[in-house]
Amino acid sequence: MQNEATPHRTRPAATPATEPVAELPTRRAPGCPFDPPAGLAPLRERSPLTRMTYPDGHVGWLATGHAAVRAVLGDPRFSSRYELMHHPLPGAPEGPLDPAPVGDMTGMDAPEHTRYRRLLAGRFTVRRMRQLGARVREIVAEHLDALERRGPGTDLVDAYAKPIPALVICELLGVPYADRERFQGHAHTLMSAEETPENRYAAMVGLERYMGELVTAQRAEPTDDLLGDLARDSDLSDEELVGIGAFLLAAGLDTTANMIAHGTFALLSHPAQADALRTDPDLAPQAVEELLRHLSVAATGVRSAREDVELEGHLIRAGETVTLTLDAANRDPLRFPDPDVLDLRRKATGHLAFGHGIHQCLGQQLARVELTIALPALFTRFPDLRLAVPADEIPLRTDMNIYGVHRLPVTWNEA
Amino acid sequence: MGAPAPAPVRVDRDRCVGSGMCALTAPAVFDQDDEEGRVLLLTPHPAPDRYPAARLAAGLCPASAITLRPRQTTD
Repeated sequence: MQNEATPHRTRPAATPATEPVAELPTRRAPGCPFDPPAGLAPLRERSPLTRMTYPDGHVGWLATGHAAVRAVLGDPRFSSRYELMHHPLPGAPEGPLDPAPVGDMTGMDAPEHTRYRRLLAGRFTVRRMRQLGARVREIVAEHLDALERRGPGTDLVDAYAKPIPALVICELLGVPYADRERFQGHAHTLMSAEETPENRYAAMVGLERYMGELVTAQRAEPTDDLLGDLARDSDLSDEELVGIGAFLLAAGLDTTANMIAHGTFALLSHPAQADALRTDPDLAPQAVEELLRHLSVAATGVRSAREDVELEGHLIRAGETVTLTLDAANRDPLRFPDPDVLDLRRKATGHLAFGHGIHQCLGQQLARVELTIALPALFTRFPDLRLAVPADEIPLRTDMNIYGVHRLPVTWNEA
Repeated sequence: MGAPAPAPVRVDRDRCVGSGMCALTAPAVFDQDDEEGRVLLLTPHPAPDRYPAARLAAGLCPASAITLRPRQTTD
């Protein structure tokens, strides 16, 4: 039977029945730390949705075009349940993955997901997050002072990018920031793409043990914060509370931090753009959207078809896994003109940096508030901020689930 | 007279996942409730200068919970 492929107006029709892509491209071109892995753009040009062989032998799909990625993310016929997925990167066990741990919303479908989402989304609304702005400004100011005290040559990741979102998520959840030695290491291990399953398991156990103690304390004497409110008012079990707390904490520690650090690296590498941000405070919200689009630090999503789905002239069969490269989608020239240019004045809305569909980032409005405050404040306080080492010596997080930089030594002229 | 009236804005709170994209994009038309963060429609008939933002918000909604469609007619 012949497929009735819909002719595409602006891109040549999908190449029929070519060999599946042998692996997910992950290697970035030397000297291009802000661009997606180099192999993705040619694939997107050839076919925005293409077959791909997974490390366990499964022949599934790879979506690189904006329209295809967005369509899969927004379509409930595609499942987010880990146990239905094949992992696109080597090192995962053969066959489908383990189900999501209790409380990990990213591995659920409706209606289980809906219950958690509704319990939490009211805590992350645009209004509530803007109300946090004053506190975020205080925290940012303290860390600008600390950065100045540490002096030129300081690592911006350690002094600024990591502590600001960590303090904010701790206060919002009701996790004592003073306990960070007890959870930061575990969270880091969980977000590493190259850890052994044993180490990841141990980190999960460690984080859950810490959260367990916290939940016990919150049940006895709930404090005025997210975990305290859930402990008092919701019908969540202790196990669910622990899982949700661990999930929110890990998500809050490792996402915005990487956007602050990598966003700073990108602006330092594009001085005219940094100038624009410094001289036009009103540009900040739009600049943040463009940095989110351009850098796409949470780069990859995975879904599995629960039933046969026709998409972009292809038939995706029930049970087949689709890997979604959000970073390549955000550089699709059919959606964003001159997509590889960082242009803080462009309209970047519609980017997929926070995903799309029912799982779109729960904390995105918090991230926007943090980034809109932390990035301009840094460049205003240190107008001559620059890298303290050559750009090609900045260690990139190619080994982590969330991309960015491990360290960013910066310098400036002392007054 | 002249151009037909723009279609009313509709929201589907059952679909809504509380991402806040509408309240961020078109705050004169959409808000979120404090309990579950779900969409609140402030007006189904935005002023003409607010309409483009409402249309953009409908396009950005991750859960396709906002529609701006003319009423279906049978004739």
